Amino acid sequence: MWEYSEKVKEHFRNPRNVGVMEDPTVEAEVGSLACGDALRIYLKLDEDERILDAKFTTFGCGSAIASSSALTEMIKGKTLSEAEKITDRDIADYLDGLPEAKMHCSVMGREALEAAIAKYRGKPAPDTEEDEGKIICNCFGVTDKKIERVIREHNLTSVDEVTHYTKAGGGCGSCIMDIEDIIRSVRGKMEKEAKETGAELPPEKLTNIKKMQKIMEIINSQIRPTLQKDGGDIELIDIVGDTVYVALEGACASCRLSDVTLTSFVQEKLREFVSPNITVEEALY
Amino acid sequence: MKVYLDNNATTGVAKEVYEAMIPYLTDRWGNPSSMHSFGGEVGKDVEKAREKVAELIGAEPSEIVFTSCGTESDNMAIFGTLDAIQMPSKRHFITTKVEHPAVIASARALERQGYKVTYLSVDEKGRLDMDELRSSITGETAMLSVMWANNETGVIFPIEDIGRIAKAAGLIFHVDAVQAVGKIPINMRDSTVDLLSMSGHKLHAPKGIGALYIRRGTRIRPYLHGGHQERGRRGGTENVPYIIGMGVAAELAKKNAEEENTKVKTLRDRLESGILDAVPNVLVNGDRENRLPNTANLSFEYVEGEAILLKLDELGIAASSGSACSSGSLEPSHVLRAMNVPYTAAHGSIRFSLSVYNTKEEIDYTVKHVPPVIETLRNISPFWNDYIKGKNTHPEKHAGPYTKK
Repeated sequence: MWEYSEKVKEHFRNPRNVGVMEDPTVEAEVGSLACGDALRIYLKLDEDERILDAKFTTFGCGSAIASSSALTEMIKGKTLSEAEKITDRDIADYLDGLPEAKMHCSVMGREALEAAIAKYRGKPAPDTEEDEGKIICNCFGVTDKKIERVIREHNLTSVDEVTHYTKAGGGCGSCIMDIEDIIRSVRGKMEKEAKETGAELPPEKLTNIKKMQKIMEIINSQIRPTLQKDGGDIELIDIVGDTVYVALEGACASCRLSDVTLTSFVQEKLREFVSPNITVEEALY
Repeated sequence: MKVYLDNNATTGVAKEVYEAMIPYLTDRWGNPSSMHSFGGEVGKDVEKAREKVAELIGAEPSEIVFTSCGTESDNMAIFGTLDAIQMPSKRHFITTKVEHPAVIASARALERQGYKVTYLSVDEKGRLDMDELRSSITGETAMLSVMWANNETGVIFPIEDIGRIAKAAGLIFHVDAVQAVGKIPINMRDSTVDLLSMSGHKLHAPKGIGALYIRRGTRIRPYLHGGHQERGRRGGTENVPYIIGMGVAAELAKKNAEEENTKVKTLRDRLESGILDAVPNVLVNGDRENRLPNTANLSFEYVEGEAILLKLDELGIAASSGSACSSGSLEPSHVLRAMNVPYTAAHGSIRFSLSVYNTKEEIDYTVKHVPPVIETLRNISPFWNDYIKGKNTHPEKHAGPYTKK
């Protein structure tokens, strides 16, 4: 069973703004019956393009319904240009998070809003064939533009992640190689752009395995040599989430400043090279 | 009220089963292979359990091998027999598109080993085409693996008709009977089946025990290499408490066989007709004339299965769905797709599966609570709103802006 947050469950149980609006300023629909989820959104605007009212109907799972409810709550009272800035991450955050495999539900929310805004302004909906996108995933009708966009926005590195956010590759699987190519090319572009602008590329999301390997590597290459110079040493005992348990040995074990060594040296190094969330603790026997 | 209607997924452990197992987790812990009395007595009890399982399916005790689960039984049947024949000219395997993943994934593994595999299709009621089966058999075909009853729809395949075709062509015939055993009469004594997979936890035994029937004379190599246990056909010290449990479960199943086809069937029909009477636009998936007495697979058009399950769960009703979202995949169940169930219905499929422990009160509670759940979700659904307004709701029309085909 899915691990839904209380807020997702609550919005699923009591969705806000459900229903058909009789005389909307604009309405738009994304998704389809075949795809397994679809969202139809209705907006009522005043002359200043402020959203007076928003309503929706949704065909889909619990998190699709909750995401639609959250979206309409978030945009009511905003102007179109304010609402435009809402990202799928914002929708997921509003719901205290969505399971990774359900991120496409929040993406559907943002897309519906974008489609409505584009329609109101007489433009093609973004990331569609009408918007010069090329369909990569035929099962779910996902364009290269949409895939590139989620890779950039969410710093995605794997096909699985792209599938969670867009569904692309989750049907027959025949486009998986194409998605891999897009990931390679987009990440290449991102690196090049980062070099040109001097901005730092957001760090790759670490899998547990990668994180553990990196911690071991940093301990061996950056930390142990320094401690060994002072006649001490350190042993990695365990890694639980972001907490690294170590044992200080040799001169360090009896050193009164060992606490300082752990936090100001070992922890700082690991935070610098692996992840800013790491805490180091001494393993107790 | 708590109503468990997901017995094709797993069943509750029967009290008799649990009580019979306890001594083997406390005092009777000997190894059945040992030469002393600690083990010897336990060994005799294991053989008694084997007799009970054999009796349930009309087999000889020596034809029963205990395994860890239905999946292992399927793997052992397929890889163990193909390993034993090892004929370079026999590299073709036939199965169906609607098998359990234990068989489909094994077939895919065979493909990677260089086998050719034919996946037989089914019609919109989930029935096999015998002519397609006949014409797919070639001189290279080694084995046919077909399920007795489908876990999602309950549709029963005509196993002996299929078996006669297999035998006439000299094929090894494996049947995954995990869902069928205990629910419909099965008799291996005059059968065409060579190998038959069973699982304990679908029969009110605990998870972690299964069995494989191997017809005397069938050539098979061990899938788990090891000691001489199970007549050398499966290594590994016997899982004694669970084997004892499966024995008692088999005994109970034999006793309850009649009830499955009277009481359980009546309750299933009551549930199904109750829902069909109260809710419009519901399709019954699978051949209604020919399916397990405990299974009803219903598609509620224009709503999505996971949302239905969540709402039912809040009411204490447990069922399962073939929708994409509930399974973690993005496409609806392979069984419903093989049957060409339209997308309007495939995403809204719910499987109710009963056991002898369900009561009339539970069924009436479910019949009462399903319709308002569907109504609530349909009121939220854009496609239902279109439908009641008489707009064309054909799925192709609903390929939205992102699904231009």
